[in-house]
Amino acid sequence: MAQTQQYTFKDFKSDQEVRWCPGCGDIGVMNALQKAMAQMGRNKEDFAVISGIGCSSRFPYYMNTYGFHGIHGRAGVLASGVKTANPDLSVWQITGDGDSLAIGGNHFIHEIRRNVNLNIVLLNNQIYGLTKGQYSPTSLFGQVTKTSPYGTIESPFSPGELAIGARGKFFARTVDIKIKETTDIFIEAEKFKGTSVIEILQNCVIYNDGCYKPITSKDTRDDAQLWLEHGKPMLFGKDKNKGLVLDGYELKVVTIGENGVTLDDILIHDAYMEATFLHSALIDMQTPNFPVALGVIRAVDAPTYDGLMTKQIEEVKAKSSIKCMDDLLNSGSTWTV
Amino acid sequence: MNKKIIEVDEVVIKFAGDSGDGMQLTGTQLSHTSALLGEDVSTFPDYPAEIRAPQGTVGGVSGFQLHFGKIVDTPGDYYDVLVAMNPAALKANRERVKDGGTIIVDIDSFTEKNIKKAEWTNEGIKTEILDNYNVIQAKISTFTKESLKDMGLSSKDMLRSKNMFALGIIYNLFDYPLKHTEEFFEKKFAKKPSIVEANKKVLRDGFNFAINIHAMPSYRIQPGEIVPGKYRNINGNQAAAWGLLAAAEKAGLELFLGSYPITPATEILQEVALRKDLGAKSFQAEDEIGGVVTSIGASFAGKLAATSTSGPGLALKSEAIGLAVITELPLVVVNVQRGGPSTGLPTKTEQSDLLQALYGRNGESPLPVIAASTPSNCFKYAFEAAKVALEHMTPVILLTDGFLANGSEPWKIPSMSDFPEIKPKFAEAKADGKYLPYERDENLVRTWAIPGMAGLEHRIGGLEKMDLTGNVSYVPENHEVMSHLRDDKVKKIADFYPEQEVEGSENADILLVGWGSTEGHLITAVRELEEEGVPVAHAHFNYINPLPKNTGEIFSKYKHILVCEINLGQFVGYLRGIYHEYDFLQYNKIQGLPFTVLELKNKVKQILEK
Repeated sequence: MAQTQQYTFKDFKSDQEVRWCPGCGDIGVMNALQKAMAQMGRNKEDFAVISGIGCSSRFPYYMNTYGFHGIHGRAGVLASGVKTANPDLSVWQITGDGDSLAIGGNHFIHEIRRNVNLNIVLLNNQIYGLTKGQYSPTSLFGQVTKTSPYGTIESPFSPGELAIGARGKFFARTVDIKIKETTDIFIEAEKFKGTSVIEILQNCVIYNDGCYKPITSKDTRDDAQLWLEHGKPMLFGKDKNKGLVLDGYELKVVTIGENGVTLDDILIHDAYMEATFLHSALIDMQTPNFPVALGVIRAVDAPTYDGLMTKQIEEVKAKSSIKCMDDLLNSGSTWTV
Repeated sequence: MNKKIIEVDEVVIKFAGDSGDGMQLTGTQLSHTSALLGEDVSTFPDYPAEIRAPQGTVGGVSGFQLHFGKIVDTPGDYYDVLVAMNPAALKANRERVKDGGTIIVDIDSFTEKNIKKAEWTNEGIKTEILDNYNVIQAKISTFTKESLKDMGLSSKDMLRSKNMFALGIIYNLFDYPLKHTEEFFEKKFAKKPSIVEANKKVLRDGFNFAINIHAMPSYRIQPGEIVPGKYRNINGNQAAAWGLLAAAEKAGLELFLGSYPITPATEILQEVALRKDLGAKSFQAEDEIGGVVTSIGASFAGKLAATSTSGPGLALKSEAIGLAVITELPLVVVNVQRGGPSTGLPTKTEQSDLLQALYGRNGESPLPVIAASTPSNCFKYAFEAAKVALEHMTPVILLTDGFLANGSEPWKIPSMSDFPEIKPKFAEAKADGKYLPYERDENLVRTWAIPGMAGLEHRIGGLEKMDLTGNVSYVPENHEVMSHLRDDKVKKIADFYPEQEVEGSENADILLVGWGSTEGHLITAVRELEEEGVPVAHAHFNYINPLPKNTGEIFSKYKHILVCEINLGQFVGYLRGIYHEYDFLQYNKIQGLPFTVLELKNKVKQILEK
């Protein structure tokens, strides 16, 4: 329904005490979502915030919307069920790297493949927080945790690559402390029709503090963050004089003014491009050789699962002679005794 | 030559062949024709788990059993007529042919190679079969090919119609018209006239062959005692799916079925997928857990939500069903039981998920369990399960099984006006804007506030919740209060159930107790025992948890209570736990097959003789 009330972010705060650790990255993300929801032009009762299990999955309790805290790994199917049942709702799936990439990995890829029109907020802190510090599917290779006292011997998932591998249509990445940028991305995700995956690089102050420090610290962040905007050149650095070019099949960092490079040489971001190769290359970039790509990396229009279901129901209803149960019961082969 | 005519009340026929021989189609056609003639019919397909099991082996035999006549409550136990398309089919079914019964074989298939594949010998066939039964040795393959030789079909295609030759023989045996089956082919293959012609021709030739050989008796069946009305055939899976659709209509809601294909429950998902014309949404999830959890999401969003599965799937769904228990959301879980444990016997029937349904979740996790007992009453009990779920805000498990799911029977078509209204308890926004999601009415039922309803925004989840507010609570006393509330809520549902009925002789010394799909066999056993002058009472349970309120009172009246189940004694154990004061005897069978009436009768007699 169209919005009938004006909101501020405070309208989206529930009366429950926020129990995340002081300094937890989740708090900023919650603030950003509350700000974003106030600006989405929708009524409060039309939001459903759905989660699985984990620190980030406590999120729904703090939102003054409809909310459902599910079971471990099943946020994706719970959210898919809500959205398919009622496509008029704005559905927000809040999940973590354990919830969606380990126990819920299967649901994660399939909901993306179906392109259910909902928003997945994936808070990636590269650790299991709620169970107190075991490695997750995004923990770095060799990372020492309580269950990998000698270092992990597993390669981590890249959530973005996984999303693209599942034929994902929308992928954005942001950082927990960048509240304004995160708010804007949430608004973009809501506008997008399809499964929006928003990976949030989120710091766990207790069990994995500083895991994103190379990207977020004052002295490195300018060179480590590339904020992408559709139609704009891929520039970064303190003076916005660094950029990306294609060198053969690979991305390369260049500096404008050096080696004859001009602004015209810099790649222009095209989030709407169906082909995945450049989006994949952007998602793959890692410090220190590259900046980390942030912002809306991919946003490609495609029919949604819930939209197609509604359409199919309308088409079949229009064609079928069965309009009610009595019609069905008396259809096909019958006889009278 | 005059044909010998046998007057009978009922006849049991079994068609058996390789999985690819078309036995299911043949059986369906015969049951359809006999139903159209006003006979009571019960059918049961029996097929291997493999789609095309090794040809010619006993393990690969597919069968279709039909029972028709005056009063029919089961698909029958022993065959008057067996049609065996090869030696393996004959070997697999020989022990179930009645003494003096008729066996029709495709003698063309009795080659040395096929006899060996069936691990049998010519000598065995002679002593076990030929010397004991009325065997019609028909060259079914040869005649079928001969019949179709001018139609330009390949040998393989011609042989596809050999099942129709066998059906033609049977139609002659019962003096049945061919026209219903002919019409079926005309409709089904409207765009392939050559297939229609081929099948019709072989069917007629089979019919004529039977006239010419004069070797068979002709059966004349007593007309059925069917209540006048309009009928259709229905099997248990279709009935369960339709019952859910009917409940959605009566509740003014859309049906949402999140599911995952699993034998023998898949057809429920297929049936609902067809019903987009009734606004039903089917969601084929990536796994069993996805099936139930999408449904829980849909229930939160205000739909009549259901999921369908079989034993292994129910095991996978158990954590999620617990979520529906603690969030107190309506949900129907249809569990079509099959042989277990693990993958077990996917295509065989069993009643061994009862304890899983009652207790197979972590924590104190009570929910209502209802069991259907005939193919057609899967409709009634699916409807009932949905009504209980919606009006009492709880997940409900409906138990059926492979025997009901695949078995079919004529069903007097009900009118939707015969069914009660279903009234979900929707929440209403209050002036003060405060909503208490876990406030309860006199039946301990909470209200249902659905996303999109203004002023009722609230949060639910799998963590223990504070009484009334539903906020997360770790208060020790509150957990005890909530545990009791959830338990008492389910117990109170018994107030809405009809009294348990007892059939048979009220003054009998023995009470037969059954639940679920054994009903037809128990009814038949009781009827036959009474005819033999042995008084027997029979209580057949559809409401398992809670039990009907007069259950204990019934047990108090009988000297012997014999609980019969297709498992090792799950219901009897459950009853012993509740009614300590009675001595329950038990009779169990666990072969992937229903009881036979004879087995039940013998057991009763044995107890009474002691």
